[in-house]
Amino acid sequence: MASASVTISADALTARFDALRRQNRRALVCYLTAGHPDPATSLALVRGVAAAGADVIELGVPFSDPLADGPVIQASSQRALDHHMTLDGTLALARDAKVDVPLVLFTYLNPLIAAGPDVLERASRAGISGLLVTDLPVGADAEREAWVGASPLAFVRLVAPTTPSERMVEIARHGSGFVYLISRLGVTGVSASVPAELPATVARLKATTTLPVCVGFGISTPGQAREIGRIADGVVVGSALVAAAGRSTDEAIALVRSLRAALDEG
Amino acid sequence: MTAVLPESPPDTDAGRFGPFGGRYVPETLIPALDELEEAYASAMRDRAFRADLDGLLRDFVGRPSALTEAPRFSMLVGARVLLKREDLNHTGAHKINNTIGQALLARRMGKTRIIAETGAGQHGVATATICARFGLECVVYMGEEDMRRQALNVFRMKLLGATVVPVTSGTRTLKDATTEAIRDWVTNVGATHYIIGSVVGPAPYPRMVRDFQRIIGDEARAQVLALTGRLPRAVVACVGGGSNAMGIFHPFVQDADVELIGVEAAGEGISTGRHSATLSVGTPGVLHGALSMLLQDAAGQVHPAHSVSAGLDYPGVGPEHAWLKTRGRAEYVAVDDRDALEGVRILSRLEGIIPALETAHAIAWMASAKGRWKSDEPVLLCVSGRGDKDVAQISTLEGFTP
Repeated sequence: MASASVTISADALTARFDALRRQNRRALVCYLTAGHPDPATSLALVRGVAAAGADVIELGVPFSDPLADGPVIQASSQRALDHHMTLDGTLALARDAKVDVPLVLFTYLNPLIAAGPDVLERASRAGISGLLVTDLPVGADAEREAWVGASPLAFVRLVAPTTPSERMVEIARHGSGFVYLISRLGVTGVSASVPAELPATVARLKATTTLPVCVGFGISTPGQAREIGRIADGVVVGSALVAAAGRSTDEAIALVRSLRAALDEG
Repeated sequence: MTAVLPESPPDTDAGRFGPFGGRYVPETLIPALDELEEAYASAMRDRAFRADLDGLLRDFVGRPSALTEAPRFSMLVGARVLLKREDLNHTGAHKINNTIGQALLARRMGKTRIIAETGAGQHGVATATICARFGLECVVYMGEEDMRRQALNVFRMKLLGATVVPVTSGTRTLKDATTEAIRDWVTNVGATHYIIGSVVGPAPYPRMVRDFQRIIGDEARAQVLALTGRLPRAVVACVGGGSNAMGIFHPFVQDADVELIGVEAAGEGISTGRHSATLSVGTPGVLHGALSMLLQDAAGQVHPAHSVSAGLDYPGVGPEHAWLKTRGRAEYVAVDDRDALEGVRILSRLEGIIPALETAHAIAWMASAKGRWKSDEPVLLCVSGRGDKDVAQISTLEGFTP
């Protein structure tokens, strides 16, 4: 089961988090919708965001029915689809970007299934380190979860504020790379503040796993990133970055720099 | 003499029908689905719950619904057609059977807010109706395109005190209304119950909705036996998501001699690509929480559906239908928009019953199936809803002027 490539792909992610831990730094995980606002700009964005200080980049595969996403990522997905972006197009983007930041493929299950049984190996060869499937929760599909588990990719799993502690243990056990903690109920999108119960949820999750915990959903400002950085191993910024990217690449890169600075100041 | 099919292999996972079904949802919803599954299982074992449900179905909905002979339509079809009259239910369609069951469950779980999606508006009206009866807050998501097609139902929902939220994303029809309802549920999951209107969505919905709709088939089976002394030769129903069909099919699934025929919407014709014939030409895929058949492109993007009937205009279908088709137990055919409109006229003129556009697909297919059965063989047709909601749309399509 464990081929040489298993180590290579997933380990880029582990190595990055190990390095951060040694330096006592927090991870900045940046989400970009592949192909948004158009394929050429998307490539420039991946490179620019990597250079501006991202530790991990999540490449979102646009899907026609993104039921976990709010208006910003919905609109970005539609724009990417208008440019005929696909999962294979996303892998090509990863290959062309040639960045030394670990890449996580962020997708809904249907485009992943449609891409065929060898898609995970192809993703690995394209330089992808991890996989996150929005609508494949732990225990939903033993066969497909085993398929991802046996692949060269780290399997990043999601934990929600509604997840009971015993289920957190299960999720952590079936995940690798890092655990993505959803900060609040709802779909992706910016929020005015960090939820009051978040520190308790992070503590509950950290008691169940040694994997790094990164918190996402609703985090858009350097202040919020700093606040999360005090309790978790990393922050995920999605909608705010995608919205900035829709306006200009420079604005997106400036946002990443400011988040990086805020996290490193602690 | 009725042969009995062997039971299908026991499902190791109760949320599946063969390979289909499952729970492909964001993590946030998993505890809510667990809660619903437990509440449903305990409710079904609870005599008081059953009594509440039966009482409402009798006194509020007007069940049992009639079984009506259709002598003139029978001449056209060449079989003894028996109509199961879900159009006579309170609110005018079969949808109310399910919304009452789920609203009772919501109350049992202590939920105070109900959300629903709707296509033609029948499920939205049925949900708004029971929410009014129970004093529950009700929010209905409806595609902007469907609000235009079914303006009368929008008004009915508002009259019943519901909030109707227009959905402007994607195709602005049932698919996107469902997506938007799921987004609401993820956001407000604590106090909210999502009443899904068809045998779709994540487990336990497909099974639960079927169980709330199987009363159609249970009643019809007994009525046909009492009237004719035998089981029907065939059972015919229209299929969008597939709840009226699943409800009437279910009690006949083990009766191998009874043909089960689902009629999908071929829209402008399957060859045009503008249709909703998911079981006829779809491929396996995941949408709205379940693995089933799906209209999609090679990259796994969901293909917009099309039908003149808002209630059938959906690119997915219930996972149990996908399983019945895969096992060869049910047959699925498709009827285009033009023939469906003719189906409305046929039943109206021959039997004095104006059917819903959805039902009209099944009527049109039966009219085209002359010779398939013997003239004395009973064939059961589910009249899933009445056509009042569609007359404005149809008169516009026909360019009617008084």
